[in-house]
Amino acid sequence: MSVSRVSAIGALALTGALALSACASENPAPAGNTAGAGGTAAVNADCFEGDLKAEGSSAQKNAIDEAISAYQTACGDANIDYQPSGSGAGIKQFIAKQVDFAGSDSALKTEEKDGIIESEEAKNSCGSDAWNLPMVTGPVAIAYNVEGVDKLVLNADVAAKIFNGEITTWDDAAIAELNKDVKLPSTPIKVYFRSDESGTTENFTKYLKAAAPEAWPHETGKKWTGKGEGKEKSAGVATATQGQDGAITYVEWSYAQQNQLAMAAIDSGSGPVELTAESAGKTVATAQQVGTGNDLALKIDYATKEEGAYPIVLVTYEIVCSKYADAETGKKVKSFLKSFASDEVQGSLTTQGYAPLPAEVATKVKAAIDAIS
Amino acid sequence: MSTVTGVSAADELPGPDGRKPLTGDRASTGRLGDRLFGGAATLSGVIVIAMVSLIAVFLLAQALPALTNNSENFLTSRVWAPGGEKPAFGILEFLWTTVAASTIAMLLAVPVGVAVALFLTQYAPMWMRKPAASLVDLLAAIPSIVYGLWGLMTFRAFVKPVEQFLQDNFGWFPLFAPTKITGGTIFFIGIVLAIMVLPIVTALSREVFDQTPVAHKEGALALGATRWEMIRTAVLPFGKPGVISASMLALGRALGETIAVTFLVSALSDGTDWTWSLFNGGETFASKIANNAAEFSNPSKTGAYIAAGLVLFVLTFVVNSIARIVIERRKAFTE
Amino acid sequence: MSLTTTPEHHVPDDGAPTGPTTPPSRPPARQAAREMDNPHQARAVKDILARIVMWSAFALAMVPLVWILWTVASQGVHMLTEATWWTGNQRNINSDDAGGGARHAIEGTLIQAGMTALISIPIGILTAVYLVEYGRGRLAKAISFMVDILSGVPSIVAALFIYAVWVTTFGIDRSGFAVSLSLVLLMIPTIVRSTEEMLKLVPNELREASYALGVPKWVTVVRIVLRTAFSGIVTGILLGLARVMGETAPLLILGPYTKNFQRDLFDGNMATLPTMINQDRGDFALVTAAERMWGAALTLIILVLLLNILGRVVAHYGSVKK
Repeated sequence: MSVSRVSAIGALALTGALALSACASENPAPAGNTAGAGGTAAVNADCFEGDLKAEGSSAQKNAIDEAISAYQTACGDANIDYQPSGSGAGIKQFIAKQVDFAGSDSALKTEEKDGIIESEEAKNSCGSDAWNLPMVTGPVAIAYNVEGVDKLVLNADVAAKIFNGEITTWDDAAIAELNKDVKLPSTPIKVYFRSDESGTTENFTKYLKAAAPEAWPHETGKKWTGKGEGKEKSAGVATATQGQDGAITYVEWSYAQQNQLAMAAIDSGSGPVELTAESAGKTVATAQQVGTGNDLALKIDYATKEEGAYPIVLVTYEIVCSKYADAETGKKVKSFLKSFASDEVQGSLTTQGYAPLPAEVATKVKAAIDAIS
Repeated sequence: MSTVTGVSAADELPGPDGRKPLTGDRASTGRLGDRLFGGAATLSGVIVIAMVSLIAVFLLAQALPALTNNSENFLTSRVWAPGGEKPAFGILEFLWTTVAASTIAMLLAVPVGVAVALFLTQYAPMWMRKPAASLVDLLAAIPSIVYGLWGLMTFRAFVKPVEQFLQDNFGWFPLFAPTKITGGTIFFIGIVLAIMVLPIVTALSREVFDQTPVAHKEGALALGATRWEMIRTAVLPFGKPGVISASMLALGRALGETIAVTFLVSALSDGTDWTWSLFNGGETFASKIANNAAEFSNPSKTGAYIAAGLVLFVLTFVVNSIARIVIERRKAFTE
Repeated sequence: MSLTTTPEHHVPDDGAPTGPTTPPSRPPARQAAREMDNPHQARAVKDILARIVMWSAFALAMVPLVWILWTVASQGVHMLTEATWWTGNQRNINSDDAGGGARHAIEGTLIQAGMTALISIPIGILTAVYLVEYGRGRLAKAISFMVDILSGVPSIVAALFIYAVWVTTFGIDRSGFAVSLSLVLLMIPTIVRSTEEMLKLVPNELREASYALGVPKWVTVVRIVLRTAFSGIVTGILLGLARVMGETAPLLILGPYTKNFQRDLFDGNMATLPTMINQDRGDFALVTAAERMWGAALTLIILVLLLNILGRVVAHYGSVKK
């Protein structure tokens, strides 16, 4: 391409003009890095050289960052970038061939929405089937900040009414009913929601709709349809909640942990369940595969009544082409995802606020990754 | 009067005999250098026209199909549901937030900014002028993302009590009516925007005031004017077009500021009651677009957001045009 | 603001029979009048009031601005004292790991700003020259109109426009150059408007004197007009540059972040300071990420400050001596 020659000259001229001493060699491992990345899992990978670009869900950012660090530590010549700009953005850029694979909190949609069928578009762009590979599961926490309340139990019905604006104070009878031994203040409830369209909102509203269809009459989707005050991104709602007495929000587990927010236990009928990797994993284990063959799109049973299962989870997928037009890219994607799906990396993710994939699903994912070309 | 009016030949009015004013073009010699330079200047102007035309075509091409499918009134509806089978969207809420926040910003930033510029050029002791001016320039250089961070993490806590006070004591006044919003109110965003654009107003106004001909100033002083009268009669009239230009640049930035507002703003949920209160939340055009740009997945949805961008575009343009007219009228008086 | 029209200006309001023709007799007359005449006292009071207003406006304006600088500096400074910050990148550093470098982002910001300046400064200044020195009639009106419109283009819309052209229409990958193109759209109106104001302030006598000496017009413009207005033009450029260097919205759409070194404007993801800030802002509840975020913000301010100083020096040595 002639562009690259122009670019080389342009870059040279500019670097010169800006008096930047272009002395550093390509990507030396920064000093002090080894000390910081203590939790990085060691991986054995068949390394590739060059760039791999991915974009999508911010819910899986910390997980994929961990996987990238692990891979890059083993493979010094590989550069992998992940933009946590949102599931929709990931799918859009994947279809526009701007990234090599996408991260998304929901599988490619197979029916028409807003005039396009995502799975068809992705197929056209790939020139082959596009696969949804579940990679990590991120529980969604119902995080709150109420002075004097460090233990709270909610069920789907009450949660739906709170987020719907029907329950407006913390000492409401419905909440008190579930929390008999907690002294609830009369503070008004402040609901914060995600003002951007997000997979977290979609999964949370899916849960409310499935588990409490009467109390949550709204549609499910990436755009929030309940009540409250909107803040930008997970960081926005988490900070707002942290700074306001009486606040409640839904946010990925990792953000709730980072901001040291209290999280509600969920009672789905068989007693309150705290959010842990194990309890979230139980719900994921009940998920059913709805894709065919190596397309591993899952359907989560949000209304699960299984004992000890925390029901609000989201599965985040890597969306890949089954056969890449450029075989080289296919190899890179395969190599990286293989490492991401390996037990070492998956095992290290629980400390980051993620639940591991159930063994059965994990086996299928590994088989599917092997089939990428 | 001297010809040092701060107005170039290009701005002079036609002579009394209807002849065109003396223009610089007469000085062109038709030499190669002249033709090349003039050509390059013209070309640049044409490039600007081409760019804007392309943007306009792009905006219209994207916005029109969405607008024709819209099942709500685009200008007066508060619904925003651009996706789905039946797109329905209106901009009333964004329009109000954007205009209200920018108005607050301009009401605060322009008088203070001009006063600071006057201070720097007319009042400050000599030793102070250069360092203080450099400080203001530096502040004009603080990136907006930093204002956003600061507003979110530091400044917010200080504005909250003020808002509470106003709501408690002046709640009867519609603009100060109490609301339930706890985060980024219009009032708060307006103040942050004001702080953000203040250095822009000051930096450019200062440059203009600095150019006030000494003859004008000394003339006024010699006639017995106090310093303030000298400023009012010599410096301000001379600098007015520049101040207006600076304000317009600042306003453009306030209206279109994206990232800082996105950090700060509190969005409203569907079906929130309408209120005129400045303590309500609500997205501005730019923050609404930026917040959702990642999810522009199909033409009709994108079109709705682009249409909103188009309104912002028109809004800025209208305000700019008004300012131009003011400047032009002013000229007719001074001659 | 009392921007009253000029005609009423120096009418002496003490009613003394003094006028512009008799300045020498004024001081004593004023003295006497000050003691007896209310209007005169009112003038003095007004003058003092104005003085107080100006001082307090300055003080008022400085408070938040210094506060911002302080917040950023105090939170971010210790990142900058680490040598790694200036030499390293963020490769393999997750949000819960401390430290890392910002060099990749500094380079990216400078390269992109440099490219933006390279395109927009000539176009911007020449357009302003056209408007002030050449522009007549419809074309000038149209250009002026277009610049106004361009200044009303929000950064996010400029970015969407470039995305539509660059990615959707031509199918080219997002890159640093695409970011520069969108920043050009934001920088040009700032440069045109500020340069235009400065050129208008250049006294006509200078031009006329130059023409009278037989100097060709283009030489007059370049060597007399532009040089006289040089300092103001530089201020305008720096304002524009500062704005585009801190601009984040286009980067989110056109300039994906990378934790690695990347100096190629035309291929691959390129890190910049604003995207680095944005990246860490998502996790700022973590001390490690928050420190990095403030560090990057401070670095950005320092970069802009250095450019400003550079600009001042250029302006100082480039402008005509009085």
